[in-house]
Amino acid sequence: MAESNPLIALAMVFGPLSLASIGGGVAILPAMQHQAVDVHQWMSPQDFVDLFAVARMSPGPGSMLATLIGWKLYGVTGAFVATVALFLPSSFLCYAATLTWDRHKGTKWHSILQEGLTPVGTGLLAAGAISLFRIADAGPASWAIAGATAGILLLRPRFPPISLLMAAGLCLGGLHLLGIDVR
Amino acid sequence: METLDRPDPTGQAAAPDRPVRLIDIAMLHAKLGLSAFGGGMSGLVFHEVVTRRGWMNEREFLSGLAVCQIIPGVNIGNLAIYVGQRLRGWPGSLVALSALLFGPFFVVIGAAMAYDWLRQIGAITAGLAGVTAAAIGLLLVVVIRGTSQVSRQVGSLAVIAGTAWAVGVMRWPLIPVVLVVVPCSIAMAAWRRRADG
Repeated sequence: MAESNPLIALAMVFGPLSLASIGGGVAILPAMQHQAVDVHQWMSPQDFVDLFAVARMSPGPGSMLATLIGWKLYGVTGAFVATVALFLPSSFLCYAATLTWDRHKGTKWHSILQEGLTPVGTGLLAAGAISLFRIADAGPASWAIAGATAGILLLRPRFPPISLLMAAGLCLGGLHLLGIDVR
Repeated sequence: METLDRPDPTGQAAAPDRPVRLIDIAMLHAKLGLSAFGGGMSGLVFHEVVTRRGWMNEREFLSGLAVCQIIPGVNIGNLAIYVGQRLRGWPGSLVALSALLFGPFFVVIGAAMAYDWLRQIGAITAGLAGVTAAAIGLLLVVVIRGTSQVSRQVGSLAVIAGTAWAVGVMRWPLIPVVLVVVPCSIAMAAWRRRADG
């Protein structure tokens, strides 16, 4: 039976979700919870929240939550199957879309489309910054760090951003150790 | 900011003289996968791919980013597919996505194993908030550069502000917003082209 094999079950859950994640991985978060907790009863609601926190604390896309669900269910093999199932279908679609996009490079309609899509991409990034501020529960310290980072990189575009990311982390982490909790 | 000064009506430019090596694509994406927390990675990708390496220009990046965000999939994964495809075709995409996910795959499992211990350490949580704030700063850089590129086009500025307001502030679902904004923006681009030519 297909349903009794956890690896097939993982692929059957995350494969379709891959194509449903319109607007990014956040879109399928509620569906992931529903499938993992209610439908398949792979874990308790608290387990799910814990895994979500771990995925957010870790580097990489937040959707690595799927990796953790697979890991919880069937170890590293389960993690691998869940990750591939989540990324493969949408990646094929994206490849086809961007290939088509590139094939028509240089045509008049391509440059018009490109000129029309560019401000939409910029606006979506601005929206991303706004929702990150909200999700991170950002306060004055976060605003200051974001502003300083942007200022440094606008004045010196070749400044290594990784060092800025690390400095910001050390700054708030260090303040916490001194008993100062700011966000 | 060199690329801003050079008008580039066709969007063709900044193609590197030699093909980018697959190993360089892999190294960059391995680094990207491990270096950003809690979203906001697109700003870092822009810095590495456009500003630092000049593998593509701003317009190519931003329009490709819009394509990547409109179709389903994890945004940063789609962006790896696009960057890889643009530079080296399907091997580029395969290498970019695999390298992007390889490190986080093992780190996230390790973190899950260490979770009960890690969550006691407030400094780690506080530090991650700092990293997220800096990542927001990286996003702001792209927004500012993308905006200054179209600063003379009132319509494009309205598209940027409208999209940011609808999706970011009002939290309207992305797809309907994009379905309204994209045709408007393309129509304005076509109109400008006709007025110019």
